[in-house]
Amino acid sequence: MEQVEAFEVIEPGILTTFQDLGRHGFSQVGVPPSGASDTFSLRVGNLLVGNREGGSGLEITLMGLKIKALREVVIAITGGDLSPVLNGEPLEMWRTHLLVEGDIIHFKKVRTGCRAYFTVAGGFAVPKIMGSSSTYLSGKFGGFEGRALRRGDVLHAFDIPSPLNKLGLRFPSDWLPFWEKEEVLLRVIPGPQDHHFTEKGFQTFCSSSYRVTPQSDRMGVRLEGPKIERRSDVEESIISEGMISGAIQVPGDGKPIIILTELVTGGYTKIATIISTDLQKVAQLKPGDHVRFNPVSIEEAHLLLREQEERLREFKENFQKR
Amino acid sequence: MALYSKTLYFLMGDRGLLLEFGDEISREINEKVRRMALAIQAEILEGIIETVPTYRSLLIIYDPTVLPIEGLKKRLELIEEGLQQTPLPEPNLIHIPVVYGGIYGPDLEGVAKYHQISPEEVIRLHCGKPYLIYMIGFMPGFPYMGELPQALVTPRLKTPRLIVPKGSVAIAQRQTGIYSMESPGGWQLLGRTPVELFYPEKDPPALLQMGDFVQFYPVTEKEFENWSK
Repeated sequence: MEQVEAFEVIEPGILTTFQDLGRHGFSQVGVPPSGASDTFSLRVGNLLVGNREGGSGLEITLMGLKIKALREVVIAITGGDLSPVLNGEPLEMWRTHLLVEGDIIHFKKVRTGCRAYFTVAGGFAVPKIMGSSSTYLSGKFGGFEGRALRRGDVLHAFDIPSPLNKLGLRFPSDWLPFWEKEEVLLRVIPGPQDHHFTEKGFQTFCSSSYRVTPQSDRMGVRLEGPKIERRSDVEESIISEGMISGAIQVPGDGKPIIILTELVTGGYTKIATIISTDLQKVAQLKPGDHVRFNPVSIEEAHLLLREQEERLREFKENFQKR
Repeated sequence: MALYSKTLYFLMGDRGLLLEFGDEISREINEKVRRMALAIQAEILEGIIETVPTYRSLLIIYDPTVLPIEGLKKRLELIEEGLQQTPLPEPNLIHIPVVYGGIYGPDLEGVAKYHQISPEEVIRLHCGKPYLIYMIGFMPGFPYMGELPQALVTPRLKTPRLIVPKGSVAIAQRQTGIYSMESPGGWQLLGRTPVELFYPEKDPPALLQMGDFVQFYPVTEKEFENWSK
């Protein structure tokens, strides 16, 4: 398919990268998955504009991105509400919009969440490295030349006729992800090293409020709060083992870190792991937010995941009928 | 205890299953990890997203909407029962040139002093035998290798460096490794290699693999500088 110039970056904002659903199958050579932190929002964004759900989109962090359309395109914005405006007017999220040449979209400030996703009909044309277009920031490859977007970058998209029949299509509002305002509740499955902590330590973990610190990034969300007590007869570190997004590491200082998508192995004990359907909430945490952890069973986690996948499938099927 | 008589299964969330084969760094345990990873890959089980083999455990990341956990566990137990039939490929021996000391290996002198031997003796010992690659991790292409001769076993730096140059050849406790990319790090730097360990656009992308062996040999600064020419 032909590639055309679709957007120009006027201001890159704090951190804007290309991401898809991740680079899988290369952890054995030390390559972490990368990919969208909030895969649910990216998938919905892609489905709205008629792309396959794993297509590449922009992950926009906190604020500041300003981009100009270089031609007519159909787009959608999902994820955290970063107050997107079109030529100065507020732009509704979780639905499709038609942009014409010269239109400017600006993400002005954070209203809720931390990361928004921007998708375009036809898909962004981003080279695939090891099967994925995701940007791996510390590895300096993937996405746009292995880096965050800069002022003046020109973004290409695949040239397709604008899917005008999809315009104005919304994602059902009662299916939208819900983030608690005061304190975000994160459901977890204990382990694999919950037995390295004392009963009191595990209680502290489950009953305390933790605050997100500014030292958080795509590698992990660092938390401040009551120290989690470790058993005195086990070592602080373990023999390095594989990592998964949502794993909650507790290093020697007893302060938890929720791992996101840019880490492949680690040698810290993991007290618990966030369930899949709550990872989108983790991706939307920003410094100053508060979280609380709540243990659930794997059966409950799998049920919630099946329900989410069922809703997405239903949305996809209804959508394709249009 | 070493190799467990019964493999331990731990949940790592709702899409991770961690198989732990032993409680220490040993060749026997690591070989079982590798054999198991190869056997699983040979099966091409639908719903398996990733297998992450490490020193003594294997993390399996799966899609529970495609592959229910009970079915996955049963499959894994069967695979483990037939494991002795899984052939291991012949290991490769890769020779890696290193320029030791100076700006390339700023900790060579310190390591020598720590063990009360000469820097030349440290180099001779480090190049004295091939090392097994137990795993690749931490960053793309970084090999965790062992075991160092007892006379070279050295703790990590008290304060990690913010920047370790790409290619740095380093040691920590009984391990030796190569920083395949620039990164922060706390290992003791003995030297640097001009060899590229990771090329994102090649297939396979990594020069070294788990189960291979690496033999270091010393080169001069001039040979290092002229390596890529």
